[in-house]
Amino acid sequence: MADIDIRKVEKFYGKNQVVHGVDLNIQDGEFIVILGPSGCGKSTLLRMIAGLEEISNGEISIENTVVNQLEPRERGCAMVFQNYALYPHMTVAQNIGYALKVGGMRKAERMQKVEATAKSLGLDQLLDRKPAQLSGGQRQRVAMGRAIVREPKVFLFDEPLSNLDAKLRVQMRLEIRRLHRTLKATSVFVTHDQVEAMSLADRLVVMNAGRIEQVGTPEEVYHAPASIYVGGFIGSPAMNFLPCGVSDCGTFAVIDNTSFRLPVDPEIGRTIAGQSVIVGLRPEDLKIAPEANDPNLLTVAFDFSEEQGSGRLMHGRLAGRDFVLHSAGRHHPAPGAPCSLAIGAESVHLFDPTTEKRITVAGAKTGQTGTLPAAFQKTSDVTVSGAIQ
Amino acid sequence: MIERTPLLNIVTHAVLIFGALLLAVPIWLSFVAATLTVAEVNSPNVHYLPGGELWNNLTAAWTRADFGVKFMNSMIVAIAVVIGKVAISAISAFSIVFFNYRLRMVFFWVIFITLMLPLEVRIVPTYAVAANALYPFQAILDFTGISWLIAQFSGVELSLEWNMLNSYTGLILPLVATATGTFLYRQFFLTIPDELVEAAKMDGSGPFRFFFEVLLPLSRTNIAALATIMFVYAWNQYLWPLLIITDRANYSTVVMELRRLIPGPDAIADWNVAMAGTLIVMLPPLLVVILMQRWFVRGLISTEK
Repeated sequence: MADIDIRKVEKFYGKNQVVHGVDLNIQDGEFIVILGPSGCGKSTLLRMIAGLEEISNGEISIENTVVNQLEPRERGCAMVFQNYALYPHMTVAQNIGYALKVGGMRKAERMQKVEATAKSLGLDQLLDRKPAQLSGGQRQRVAMGRAIVREPKVFLFDEPLSNLDAKLRVQMRLEIRRLHRTLKATSVFVTHDQVEAMSLADRLVVMNAGRIEQVGTPEEVYHAPASIYVGGFIGSPAMNFLPCGVSDCGTFAVIDNTSFRLPVDPEIGRTIAGQSVIVGLRPEDLKIAPEANDPNLLTVAFDFSEEQGSGRLMHGRLAGRDFVLHSAGRHHPAPGAPCSLAIGAESVHLFDPTTEKRITVAGAKTGQTGTLPAAFQKTSDVTVSGAIQ
Repeated sequence: MIERTPLLNIVTHAVLIFGALLLAVPIWLSFVAATLTVAEVNSPNVHYLPGGELWNNLTAAWTRADFGVKFMNSMIVAIAVVIGKVAISAISAFSIVFFNYRLRMVFFWVIFITLMLPLEVRIVPTYAVAANALYPFQAILDFTGISWLIAQFSGVELSLEWNMLNSYTGLILPLVATATGTFLYRQFFLTIPDELVEAAKMDGSGPFRFFFEVLLPLSRTNIAALATIMFVYAWNQYLWPLLIITDRANYSTVVMELRRLIPGPDAIADWNVAMAGTLIVMLPPLLVVILMQRWFVRGLISTEK
């Protein structure tokens, strides 16, 4: 079956290294989304799988065959491009059927396949049109049809939705997802849009500066980001980060005239006592505590807000940094008044300030929501007192 | 943009009409001259309206300059130059734009600087090569001593010769080997998005398929533009054919023969026949330009891709 194995792959442009030793195993039939900002090497990685870029170091194998030296056409991949890359002089039918024509398929059989594919994408009325006569969404569909009709082992998508308007993007996203469910072909999808990534991925690969930061299901990546980078990149508005000094487990420390307590796993609490950590808090995980000035809790004064419809984004300053809270519902704190924040143990993300990686301890579970083990529930009264540095 | 500038409109139209007249009046006068009798064309007052002698003058010019054969020659040369030029420039630009190899830019610049050397400038060396295209190879063989070796062992004196004087090849080849077309194609190929090339690669299309099934259909307007320019250019050649064609009966072109219709100092000044000949010679390029105009303009501004 068509699994893809990427081993220690590097890419150099001259002396400039853009991909740094990437290891990734993609299972057969899996929908992988590679997410990262522009210039992080995600497209380069995809193009190396496709055979459009040479692999400087390392190996990529598809179905246990090393493909480093194979031409794109020999790899069994189909690709959907960002700008669709339709042949302007060919009709829709010719565009979809071109790969089959190159492959030497007879005309009758080819037309039959093209028609079936066009029908499944709702393009059967447009087969005689040229790309210039199509709307953006229709062109996108033709590009998909061109990939589907070949029945490839692997689908590669290079930011295919970024040229569509917001509504169409949501619609095409669903369609791609549905398509993947019927075709069950291994798919690699590159995007910089985290919503797109979250909704499409079986597993998400977050890349930064040519390296993989984290691989995991969308839930894992969202609820247990492996590094400060991932925490800040996934989620909108971005996670709040507070550099803190941890005094003793269960005691208070006072710096900046504020001290607060956070619930954490006791194992982790023991590890970080007396050290510096960076606390990550998602704006949407924070609740405003009923009591306004609880000395045990983190207290912020929000000075302005943005209405979102579903809630309100409250902006304040904490220890010289911006601090954001997503206040759901209709009742929001008044601007300027100090609010104490109620924070659950599952919402506290702790990062090492030097390595910027998540602090974990074997057996300890932070950040996992949903199915919290019973033992973990009890830990919420164990607190780490922190002080903002 | 909506503008209301009546005065400017009048001025621009005046300039336009003046320019049109400047171009049209000489052509009109030569047409009128071609319709007059010898006496009328030589009378001191200028005629502005056509007379009735057009057909007679045309037939006189046609027979006197033996345009039957010459027209065929001109057609052969012009069409062959167009085909050769389109083919060679498309292929060379394809190589320069889409393939990555050593010295690629060197080759491009070598082709490019020939733009600075039109045929008229390099006419002497070009003539030497046309007289014996293999002369440079002979020189190399002589210089390296290989011809001496061959002479020693086989007793055969090596003398390479490929004479292109008095032949269609000689008329055509030097006109084909110029850079204009390559440059035009290069500029067009550079506008082809990389993604299209990559899509073709993913579809399994090799370089030749890509060239014939994607690039050539896309560059139809370019081909039309280049073909038009080259047809007119080849048709109007005068110096080069004059230089290498001595067998006038078989190989001369219409433009060369036009010279014969121009009356000499001692002959009858039948400018009416000369002008009729000019009209005949002008006709094919004119038709090509008119027929290709729509494509030609699109190809040069390359709006349709």
